[in-house]
Amino acid sequence: MTEAENLVVLTDIHLKRAGKPVLDSLSLSIPHNSVTAVIGPSGVGKTTLLELISGRLKPDRGYLLVDGLSVPDLGRRELFELRKKMGMLFQSGALLNDLDVYENIAFPLREHTRLPEPVLRQMILMKLELVGLRGARRLMPAELSGGMTRRVALARAIVIDPVMVMYDEPFTGLDPISKAIIVKLIRQLNSTLGMTSIVVTHDVHEAMQIADFVYMLGHGKVLARGTPEEIKNSQRDDVRQFLQGQADGPVPFHYHADEYLTDLMRTDSEKGGAV
Amino acid sequence: MIIALRRIGAFSLSSLAATGRACILLLQMIVNLPAVVRRYELVIKQLYRAGVLTLPVIIVAALFVGMVLALQGYNTLVDFGAESSLGLLLALSLSRELGPVLAGLLFAGRAGAAMTAEIGLMKATEQLAGMEMMAVDPVWRVLLPRFLAGVISVPLLAILFTAVGIIGGYLLGVNILGVDQGVFWATMQQGVDFQQDVMNGLLKSLVFGVLISLIAVFMGYDTSPTPAGVSKATTLTVVLSSLGVLAMDFSLTSMMF
Amino acid sequence: MQRQFVEIIVGLFVMVGLLALLFLSFNVSNINSATVSNPYQVSARFDNIGNLKVRAPVTMAGVRIGRVNEIRLDSASYQAQVVMDISGKYKKLPVDTSASINTQGLLGEQFVSLEPGGQQKYLKNGDRIRLTQSAVVLENLIGQLLFNNSQGANE
Repeated sequence: MTEAENLVVLTDIHLKRAGKPVLDSLSLSIPHNSVTAVIGPSGVGKTTLLELISGRLKPDRGYLLVDGLSVPDLGRRELFELRKKMGMLFQSGALLNDLDVYENIAFPLREHTRLPEPVLRQMILMKLELVGLRGARRLMPAELSGGMTRRVALARAIVIDPVMVMYDEPFTGLDPISKAIIVKLIRQLNSTLGMTSIVVTHDVHEAMQIADFVYMLGHGKVLARGTPEEIKNSQRDDVRQFLQGQADGPVPFHYHADEYLTDLMRTDSEKGGAV
Repeated sequence: MIIALRRIGAFSLSSLAATGRACILLLQMIVNLPAVVRRYELVIKQLYRAGVLTLPVIIVAALFVGMVLALQGYNTLVDFGAESSLGLLLALSLSRELGPVLAGLLFAGRAGAAMTAEIGLMKATEQLAGMEMMAVDPVWRVLLPRFLAGVISVPLLAILFTAVGIIGGYLLGVNILGVDQGVFWATMQQGVDFQQDVMNGLLKSLVFGVLISLIAVFMGYDTSPTPAGVSKATTLTVVLSSLGVLAMDFSLTSMMF
Repeated sequence: MQRQFVEIIVGLFVMVGLLALLFLSFNVSNINSATVSNPYQVSARFDNIGNLKVRAPVTMAGVRIGRVNEIRLDSASYQAQVVMDISGKYKKLPVDTSASINTQGLLGEQFVSLEPGGQQKYLKNGDRIRLTQSAVVLENLIGQLLFNNSQGANE
């Protein structure tokens, strides 16, 4: 693949947090108009990846291009300009608590544009219709269910018609129906609006359903890449363990500890903090 | 022993670093001042929440403080046959010290803590990160209106505290203790200097306003995004801004009077 | 609707605060007498000014006509040089006006009292009042009294 086909290109990215390497020579690229899933166990640096792409973190080393711009080198103003082309769906939704659904979706428009109120209203109702929540526009975030919150957040992420939408764990903590709705929406946005999507998740089943390409991360590296079919047929033990959800395997069940017997035989008492 | 020393060292280093971050935040907010002028309605909303909602506490507290001052002052002054100076005593102690300081302390407890908790919660629930992703800088959209509202509110509240306190003292002193009404106001007007006493008190409260609001906003913004972090930050706001107000009051008093 | 309500309440809050400031300035403090309108300066030298302070009132026949602007030691004569702002309303003070430092009540604040002379020429900006009487220092007075008493007893 050449540069021109890829919206996001990461090359040899290194990042340490609190002295521990989170990303270790990570390279991946995300093509235009595709749905790319990044899967892997929790704590493997998937969310960190999104923070890098959106410029909220800077890598220690490596190149990171988004739409031809080197994100770590951008000034604050340029970064904000770039972010107007990005939408992001947070796991929690990140809706503003003191605004209702309608005002939440209006927020980016009101901040960045001076559109007259009727135009604003049409744009907002269009996006609300898309996520099926036109009737819920006067509810406050506290009155929404988990699935609805995420759909509102999705409507807000796409209200400024971004080139790219990043989804941070979009399926976590949802009931099967809500999950199916989100899956449908991501696919639909990609095909009808031509948005590039990056889905970071540990829900293998849903990821395989929607993705054109899948990257599996582990130990700060890409363990496997390819179409969903290729990933499913991977022969690597660590990939198979994750896909099939086995408790023990190359990723150990036990957190690193002393040998069990010697630990049991020790006589010094454990002193923990009291609640 | 060594551990204790190391803790002291680590503590002072981390507080120094926090002070530095707070100053940087202050600079960032000052740089963003022109942007907020166009969106003054954001400040109005915060003025309502920080200033207006603190008003009842201020008025009730000021009435009681004024009455207690009148009672105590009267009991002491009457021994010297100087109860005519009650008005002066009230006006001077309220405008110079009690108005600014108590209004500051009450504001820190009522509005400062709420600011910290609110901003901390917004951070913990990714609302601030979400804003950044929408290319909106939380420093000017969230922090600056609250900071400005605090800076404007505290002097207003302090002046109100002084005025209501004097009225409270007047009610008790004149109506119940029997100080002559004319003498009450006359000694006050003779002894209180507008520049020296009222304006300096106002200046003090402005400094307190900046201090409390900066601490409140910074603590919320700098908190670790967990429930424990937010509750710790809220406590710290009240403790630090109260101590800060008292310490600052001492140094300002020694400079002014 | 909601926003308008908030705006009105906040406006009210600011108004009440400013009213309180007005109350403090006019009802509680002496703002109207603290500033001297359209002043001209007159100086005087005293042997001893006692406890006179800057901003102390300057009166004539008990009426406040100005205030003390500056106090310094004149290093040539070792006298205190007191500069006063006199209100422009009182332009016609004779050049032979005399100044003395008095005390309000027994222990009150000290102030400068001017006693008009009889000449037809009037003091101008920067002029000096030549006739002065120093502050009465209570301690000296008591000392003198005791001294006189003891002298009387000796005779």
